[in-house]
Amino acid sequence: MIDPPVLERHGLTPDEYDRIVQFLGREPNPTELGIFSVMWSEHCSYKSSRVHLKTLPSDGPQVLQGPGENAGAVDIGDGLAAVFKIESHNHPSFIEPYQGAATGVGGIIRDIFTMGARPIALLNSLRFGPLESRGTRRLVEGVVAGIAGYGNSIGIPTVGGEISFEPSYADNPLVNVFCLGIARASDIVKGVASGAGNPVYYVGAKTGRDGIHGATMASAEFDEKSADKRPAVQVGDPFMEKLLLEACLEVMRTDALVGIQDMGAAGLTCSTTEMGSRGGAGVEIDVALVPQRETGMTPYEIMLSESQERMLLVVKRGRENEVERIFDKWDLHAVHIGQVTADGMLRVKDRGQVVAEIPNRALTDEAPLYERPMTEPAYVAEAQKLDLDALDCLAEASTLEDLGALDRSAKAFALHSVADGRARGLQPGDLNSVLLSILGSPTVASKRWVYRQYDHMVRTNTINPPGLGAGVVRIKATDRALAMSVDGNGRYCYLDPYRGAMLAVAEAARNVACAGARPLGATNCLNFGNPERPAIMWQFARAVEGIGAACRALDVPITGGNVSLYNETDGRAIYPTPTIGVVGLLERADHVVSRRFQEAGDAVILLGDSRGELGGSEYLKVMHDLVRGMPPALDLDVEHRLQTLLVTLAAERLMRSAHDCSDGGLAVTVAECCFDTSRIGVEISIDRVQVARESRMNVCAALFGESASRVVVSVVPDDVIAVLERAAAADVPARVVGRTGGERLRMGVGGQIVIDQSVDDAERVWSTAIEQYVAKRVA
Amino acid sequence: MRFGIAVFPGSNCDEDAFHAARDVLGQDAEYLWHKDADLKGADVVILPGGFAHGDYLRTGAMARFSPIMTEVRAFADRGGPVLGICNGFQILLESGLLPGAMLRNRGLKYRCEHVHLRVEQIDTPFTSAARAGQVLRIPIGHGEGNYFAPSEMLQRIEANRQVILRYADPEGRLDDAWNPNGSANAIAGLCNEARNVVGMMPHPERACEALLGSVDGRAIFDSIVGAFRSADQPSPRLRRSAMASAEAERLALQPSVVGAAGNRHPSLSMGRSASLSAGRSR
Repeated sequence: MIDPPVLERHGLTPDEYDRIVQFLGREPNPTELGIFSVMWSEHCSYKSSRVHLKTLPSDGPQVLQGPGENAGAVDIGDGLAAVFKIESHNHPSFIEPYQGAATGVGGIIRDIFTMGARPIALLNSLRFGPLESRGTRRLVEGVVAGIAGYGNSIGIPTVGGEISFEPSYADNPLVNVFCLGIARASDIVKGVASGAGNPVYYVGAKTGRDGIHGATMASAEFDEKSADKRPAVQVGDPFMEKLLLEACLEVMRTDALVGIQDMGAAGLTCSTTEMGSRGGAGVEIDVALVPQRETGMTPYEIMLSESQERMLLVVKRGRENEVERIFDKWDLHAVHIGQVTADGMLRVKDRGQVVAEIPNRALTDEAPLYERPMTEPAYVAEAQKLDLDALDCLAEASTLEDLGALDRSAKAFALHSVADGRARGLQPGDLNSVLLSILGSPTVASKRWVYRQYDHMVRTNTINPPGLGAGVVRIKATDRALAMSVDGNGRYCYLDPYRGAMLAVAEAARNVACAGARPLGATNCLNFGNPERPAIMWQFARAVEGIGAACRALDVPITGGNVSLYNETDGRAIYPTPTIGVVGLLERADHVVSRRFQEAGDAVILLGDSRGELGGSEYLKVMHDLVRGMPPALDLDVEHRLQTLLVTLAAERLMRSAHDCSDGGLAVTVAECCFDTSRIGVEISIDRVQVARESRMNVCAALFGESASRVVVSVVPDDVIAVLERAAAADVPARVVGRTGGERLRMGVGGQIVIDQSVDDAERVWSTAIEQYVAKRVA
Repeated sequence: MRFGIAVFPGSNCDEDAFHAARDVLGQDAEYLWHKDADLKGADVVILPGGFAHGDYLRTGAMARFSPIMTEVRAFADRGGPVLGICNGFQILLESGLLPGAMLRNRGLKYRCEHVHLRVEQIDTPFTSAARAGQVLRIPIGHGEGNYFAPSEMLQRIEANRQVILRYADPEGRLDDAWNPNGSANAIAGLCNEARNVVGMMPHPERACEALLGSVDGRAIFDSIVGAFRSADQPSPRLRRSAMASAEAERLALQPSVVGAAGNRHPSLSMGRSASLSAGRSR
C-alpha cells in the first residue's frame, strides 16, 4: 500500500486509489501511479465537469467535428473547414507569466495543426487584478510579451481579444487563448491510433524534466507556496514549433499518416492513451527510445514530462521512409518509439522491460466521474439587490483620485463641471466627467498598448484588425472571410452565472454579426474556482446551463473547449468566468463592417431597446465601486433576430458601421464609434428611462445602462428608410438617435444635452489610459 | 518577371511576399528553399520576414550561412536586385550586403502598426515608381528594428544617398515622435552602394490591397516590375538608373506627375492610381 502523503502529492483520493487497484488487480508501481494521477487529474479527466458538459449542444449541419478531438470544426463552404478551439493557461501564467502565456499559445496552435489545419488566427481573453497594483502590471507585461513572443515568431496573427481587470483575478489571472485554422474539409486528421503493428513516432523537442505534473498543478488551488511550483511550468520554443507545424502539415499531405496528437498536458502519457482509446487499440512504447534532454531520467519522469513542442504520430506500416524524409527536410528527427497493438493496453517499456501496463479505458472512459454537490451561495441573493435611489450619480467623481487616468486638463474640467452640476442641476457637459472616467477605465479603454505588441497583420489576411470589433480574416482564393470574437463577463456571472453565461454567448455572437458574419459555431473556456466546494459547483452548473440555452437559441453549437477549475488562492475564488469564442462566416470579405463611423452626415440608428439596466455595469463599478444588481435581461429570440438582421444589413451594404453596446452602455459605445476615425463627431438624443427617483440617476441609466441586444449602426441618409423597414420586418426595435458630424461628442437625454465633449480629448483619455498605468512602474 | 522568394525554416512572411508577387502583381514567383543553391532563374530575389533560424543568437545571424545565401550574394554582385524585408533586412546586414546592424526597439517592445515613410531616393530598383518625398503608409512588425551604424559609417551612408526610406509623420516631416523604434537618422530602408540591394523594416507586402488597409506597398513592387520592363537585362538598366540623381527625377516628374511618369516607367501609373484610390477609400 502506498503512503497517504504520496497519494496526496499525486492529487489522488484514497477512494481513487482503491479504484486503481481494482482496475489493475494489483497495487500500481510508482510509474503507473504517476500515469493514473495525471490522467485522472481534473485537467485531463474533466471528472467534475463532464456530467454538465454533456448537456451542451454540439450538433448542427455545419458541424464537421464536435467535442472529443483536439479541436472542433465547422463547414465554411468551398470544401473548407474552420478548425478552432480555446484553451486556458491560467495556472502556469500566474507562476511564470512569460513562459506560461507563451506555452499556452504554443499548445493551442498544436491542437489546430494536429487536425490538419493551417493556423491562421489567434485571439486571447485575459483577466487580471486592478492595474493600480505593481504585481498586476508585472503579470500583464509578462503575459502580453509571452503571447507576442510566441505568436509573432511563428507567424500567426493575433487578430483580436479582450482584457478586463477585476480584483478577483489579482492572484489568479486568466489567460485563455483561441486559435483558428483552415483545412480542406475532407482532409481533417484525427488523433487516433489504429492498425496493430503500425509504428508510433515521436518528433520534436527532446524530453526534459520541465512541466512534470503540470496537469496536476492545474488541478489544485494556489497557496503561499505556489511560487515554488515554477519547475512545473514549461518553456516554449516557437522555432521548434514552426518546424513541427510545417513538417506535420507536409506529412499530412501524403496519406501515410494514421493519426497524430500533440503532447500537451500530461505529455506522452496523455497522447499515447488518448490516441489508443479513440482508435480502440493499444499503444506500446519504449521510453528508452524517447529523445531526452537530460541524463538519468526515469520512466516516470519521461511519461509525465510536459516539455513543449512534441508530437506523437502513428504512421502506416511501410510508409516510414516517406515520413522520415519530410521531417529530415525540416531538420527534425522522427524517432520510432513503439507500435500500435490490438490489446487495448498502454504498455510502457524501458529497454524492453515492461514498467507500466494499464488498460487504456481505465485511464480515459473509466476515469472517475463525479456529480459533485452544489448549493446556491449565500452572497448571490444579497449582491443582486441594488438600490439606485441610494446613489448620487455624481457623488463619487468629486476628487482627483476618482478620475484616475484622466490627464490634468481633463481632470480640472471634470471637477469643475461636477461642482457646478451639484449647485444647479444638470447642464450641458455635466456628465462629461462620468463618460471620461469610464472611457479611462482599463477594462473599457483602448487596448492598443497590448495589441500593437502582437503581429496582427502577418499572413496578409487581416481585414478587421484588433480594436475594431470582431477580428476578421479573409480566406485567400475565395470571396469569403471569417469573423471571430471571444467574450465573457465575470461580473455578470458572479451576480447570476446563468444569465451571465448567456450574455457571454450572445455578446460573442453579436460581435461576429456586427462584422457582417453569420455565427456558425462556438468554443468555450470555463474558468472557475474549486469544484469540491458546492457554491463553486453551483456557479459552474448554472453557467453551463446558460451557455447551453444561448447556444441552442442562437444556433451556435459548442464544438469543443476546455475547463479550468481550482482558480483559487487561499480559498478566494475568481469570479465564475466562462469565456466564449464564436466563429462566423462572411460571404463577401469586402462587405466587412467595423465599429468606426465612416463619414459625417450619416444617420445613427440604435437597434434594440434600452431599459436602463445598471446591474453589474461598468458605470456602477467605476463611479460607485459597486458590483451589484441583476445583470441585464436577455431575450434570446430578440437577440437571434437582431443578429440575423445585422447579417442582412451587412450583405445588402446598408450599414456603414456597427458596434455592439456592452461595457459602459450606449454613451461609451457611441463614443467608441468616433474613435480612430480622424475625428468624426456625433450628436445623439435618447429617451429618459425610469429606474430611480433621482432624475440624474435616470439620465445615467439611459447613457450607461448595459441592456443587452443593442447595436449602434451608422447609415447613409438615403438608406435610413430601408434599414428601418428591414428592422421592422425582422421585429427588431430600431430608431434614429442622431447623426455623425462635427468634432464633438454631444449626447442628450430627454431633450437636454448632458455630454458635450471634444472627440479629441475623449479619445486621448481612452487611447492612453493603459499606457499611463503601465508607465507608472517606471515613475 | 520572376520573383524568387527565399524560404528559411523560420520565414513566416514568405507566403505573403509570394501572394503579393503572383496574385496581386500577376508575376511569376518561385520559392527558394534555403538548403538549395539555386535561384531558379529569378529576376529579383526577396528575403522575406520571419525569424529565419529561430534567431535566438541574433536576428539573421545564422541565415547568412545557408546555401541559398551564397547564390544571393553572387546574384547581388552581378547587379541583380535583392530586397530584404524585416528579417530579410536583418539577414542582409548580417551578411554584410548592407552596412550597419539592428538593435532592439527603443522601448524594448515589439511593435506592429502602420507607419509613415518618406521616400528619400528613387534611383533604386525598389523605389523608382515613387516620387522623392512621397509619403507611404506601410506597416511594421518587429522587435529589433532600431537601425544602428557607427557615426563614420552613418556619414558615409548619408553621403552616398543610401538611405532610401525614413520614418516620418503623415506629412513627411521628420519627427522623433514618429520614429517607432529609435533608428539612427530615422532610417527605415537602405540600399548598398551599387543601389541594387535594398533592405527595409516595413512590410510592403502587407500593403498591396485596399482590403488590408493600404496599397502604398505597391510602390515598392511596381518599381521593380517597372525597372525590369524597361530593360531586357535588369542589371545595366539598374546601373543607368543609379546614375540619375534623385533631384533630376523629381524635377522631371513634378509638372504632370502621372503623364511624365507613365512614359518613363510603364508600371508607374498603375502604382500611382493605386495610391490615389487608397487616399479616397472610405
